[in-house]
Amino acid sequence: MIDNDILERVLAEGLRTGADFAEVFASDWRGTGVGLDDGKIEQLSTGRNRGAGIRVIAGDTTGFAHTADLSEAGLMAAARVAAEAARQGGGGTKVIALTTQPSRIVSPIKIDPSTIGKAAKVDLLRRVDDAARSAGGAISQVSAGYSDGRTRIVIANSDGLVAHDERVRTLLRVSAVANGDAGMQTGFDSLGHTMGFELFDKVQVEDVARAAAGRALTKLKARPAPSGSLPVVIKAGSGGVLFHEACGHGLEADLVAKGASVYKGKVGELVASPLVTLVDDGTMTHEWGAIAIDDEGHPSQYNVLIENGILTDYMWDYLRARKEGRPQSGNGRRQSYKDLPMVRMTNTYVLNGEEDPADIIKDTPNGVYVAHLGGGSVNTATGDFVFGMTEAYLIENGEITEPLREGNLIGNGPQVLRDIDRLGNDFAMGNPGTCGKDGQGVPVGDGQPTLRVKSMTIGGTAS
Amino acid sequence: MSTPDRSGELLVIAERVVAMAKPGEQVEAYVSRGLSTEVRVYEGEVEHFVSAQSEGIGIRVIKDGRTGTSYCGTLDPSQIAEVLAEARDNLGYGEPDEWSGLAEPDGVAVVPQSLWDDSLENTSTARKIELAKLLEKLTLAGDSRVRVDDSNYSDAFGEAAVATTTGIRVAGRENGCYLSVGTLADDGDETQTGFGFAVGRNVDELDLERAAREAVDRATRLLGATKPESRRITVVLDPFVTAQFLGIIGGTLNGESVVKGRSLFANRIGEVVANPLLTLVDDPTNPLAYTATDIDGEGLAARRNALIQDGVLQKFVQSSYSARRMGVAPTGNGLRGGYGGSPSAGCLALQIVPGLRSQAEIVAGIDDGILIQQVQGLHSGVNAVSGDFSTGAAGLLIKNGTVGAPVREFTIASTLQKMLLDIAEVGGDLEWLPMSATGVSLVIHDVTMSGA
Repeated sequence: MIDNDILERVLAEGLRTGADFAEVFASDWRGTGVGLDDGKIEQLSTGRNRGAGIRVIAGDTTGFAHTADLSEAGLMAAARVAAEAARQGGGGTKVIALTTQPSRIVSPIKIDPSTIGKAAKVDLLRRVDDAARSAGGAISQVSAGYSDGRTRIVIANSDGLVAHDERVRTLLRVSAVANGDAGMQTGFDSLGHTMGFELFDKVQVEDVARAAAGRALTKLKARPAPSGSLPVVIKAGSGGVLFHEACGHGLEADLVAKGASVYKGKVGELVASPLVTLVDDGTMTHEWGAIAIDDEGHPSQYNVLIENGILTDYMWDYLRARKEGRPQSGNGRRQSYKDLPMVRMTNTYVLNGEEDPADIIKDTPNGVYVAHLGGGSVNTATGDFVFGMTEAYLIENGEITEPLREGNLIGNGPQVLRDIDRLGNDFAMGNPGTCGKDGQGVPVGDGQPTLRVKSMTIGGTAS
Repeated sequence: MSTPDRSGELLVIAERVVAMAKPGEQVEAYVSRGLSTEVRVYEGEVEHFVSAQSEGIGIRVIKDGRTGTSYCGTLDPSQIAEVLAEARDNLGYGEPDEWSGLAEPDGVAVVPQSLWDDSLENTSTARKIELAKLLEKLTLAGDSRVRVDDSNYSDAFGEAAVATTTGIRVAGRENGCYLSVGTLADDGDETQTGFGFAVGRNVDELDLERAAREAVDRATRLLGATKPESRRITVVLDPFVTAQFLGIIGGTLNGESVVKGRSLFANRIGEVVANPLLTLVDDPTNPLAYTATDIDGEGLAARRNALIQDGVLQKFVQSSYSARRMGVAPTGNGLRGGYGGSPSAGCLALQIVPGLRSQAEIVAGIDDGILIQQVQGLHSGVNAVSGDFSTGAAGLLIKNGTVGAPVREFTIASTLQKMLLDIAEVGGDLEWLPMSATGVSLVIHDVTMSGA
């Protein structure tokens, strides 16, 4: 995308005002989106966004500018703006010599979606619409979206690194409405992987459509969720977002450094039930949060955050690692070339336990079984978090019984981690997610085996 | 969008695309360009300084009821030709929809708004940094238990133009600046968080003292909070929370949801859907609204629309598509998320008609209630199709007419339909907030609080 000799000159320009680090992040994204709603393919849309962000660091100050102009003149102009923003007196001339990193492939792509005809993408959504509507006469509306994107990336910095990457992601989303005597209910499901169009050789889109429709239909018979504290059993592959919110964000080193995390100063301490081993793993092939290198050019890693309940480490980007004189962990990510990198999660999951999930349910006299979760959010400083249950059931006398209407669950991260008292052996990854932080969204994955939290507050209306 | 940009350059680009329409084609070009600055200060030093520029074009082509779109993040003429060709190719894959079409000028007069201030362009970088530093300092001075997470100055300058083969030709520009501060308050092992903000068209309009005071107050008022007992209770929503609640209600009063069978309120025009105390208006022509504008994202004049009058449902907000499909007049509510997206119906500037009493007067009349000062997880706990409403919350208990102990880590739940009918009072404390809805104190009966 950009030659090394141009990158070298742009980085040198970035250092001219006395900065100690300069970086170019250039990307070229092309994507296709198809939307179906109300029985019709509404539109097919294609787009392209490319540009470069230039970051210059002088001491504790970062200057950043971006441009859609990838010519040498455009890059030099952005470098001057970034350098000026980070001005640190001094100045001078530095020569940069870049060494191209060997390229690394974590998620090999078999079929680049841009080589697939648009008609085949449209056809997927027609199949989705048919399958969702055939799932039950009460299904009154279906909307679905297909999207794919391919991003080519070049990252170069004044430490001499230059790295290239190519990322392909493919996503299908289905949302269904069911209409019954007690009003409308909705169901949602999605499928997304860091892979090409071969995704649809492995998974039948009809299954995704039926899962979404099934959720809407199930809830037509649902009763209001309970109000108050109860044991909660979370189905494998549906509750990873709990860990993402309950502790993942609190283990991001930038938040820890500012004292905005309940996990500050807790490395080496027991912060969770000894059943819990939590990992953030950017190398997990084809998962939604998989990356070969992070957005600062550092290879992705398998990072153990909590081992048998003991906090082992936080997640790190270039800036925080540099300040504390320790290695990066491959967690420096950004939404696009227009954004500064931050510490971000990739695929965050809890390793398998030993129990048969059926035993966990059987041993729960009264509680709630959560089979699908919506989004969530956390206040990292207090640890208070919420997440929405989009498919849930009552557990009565050790058996899953009636479906429940939607609602939020609320808890405190450190407390909930300690209250995990049962862990299954049926690990599964969950739906693809977009994690938001400071206005930037990045693709993330999560997963966990079936588990039980001794007590959580369920935000329903039934007493 | 606002008064035409000085050069008219973007409109020229949009018109050039529209002129390339072939017979039988409807073509729309949306062109935008923006510049922004963001300064973040931490412990008296600049942590980062971001200077951002963006531009792009989105093109929609409609032929025989089929729609195709394409966009790209540059205004390079060779790329624009490719975008138009792509949009044309894409429409071959859309399915015919008899109501498809671009907005058509409907003769409604534009109410001019003043959305641009030249003085912001002349504000020096040093002054922007100084403001963020000053806000951090003022906040820290407010309370010894308070730390500052980050203090930020940002500004944005945006221009946009829309042209269509149906005769729309509009361009406008808008700028503004924003200060925000995030706070942490510590007491022993406990930490709580808060925030404060100030907005203006120029830096002299930014009220730093108020932003600092609110940031301190929000963080410290929850120190010592406990988890309340579960029960049914009367809630008083703080104006900031009411504005978020109104945003959700506004999302259900949408013509697109109606035509696609996803609205709670379909077929209920003329019926009582809320307590008669509630009158809800979408009025982007009111210059006091933060999101005031004169033209919507499809190029129609923005206008005042009463949605709920004295509890009775009056109308839905419409895009030109949903208006055509419902057979009603356009309402000027086509919203656009930038050059990459197509317009869809949405509220622009929701306003609730205020009542008479202050929050203190309202609280004085409540024996057992809770003042909700913040909510968490509206995006995950509210379903605008089924109406289920459940959100994490924090606030102060109200006992015998006075506010008392802080509480947190609980939810409040009901359904949207029931909450509208359970409104018991609308406060007189109208606040114009930096979001697409105004706030007032709002009293709602019979909400379920789930805690311990």
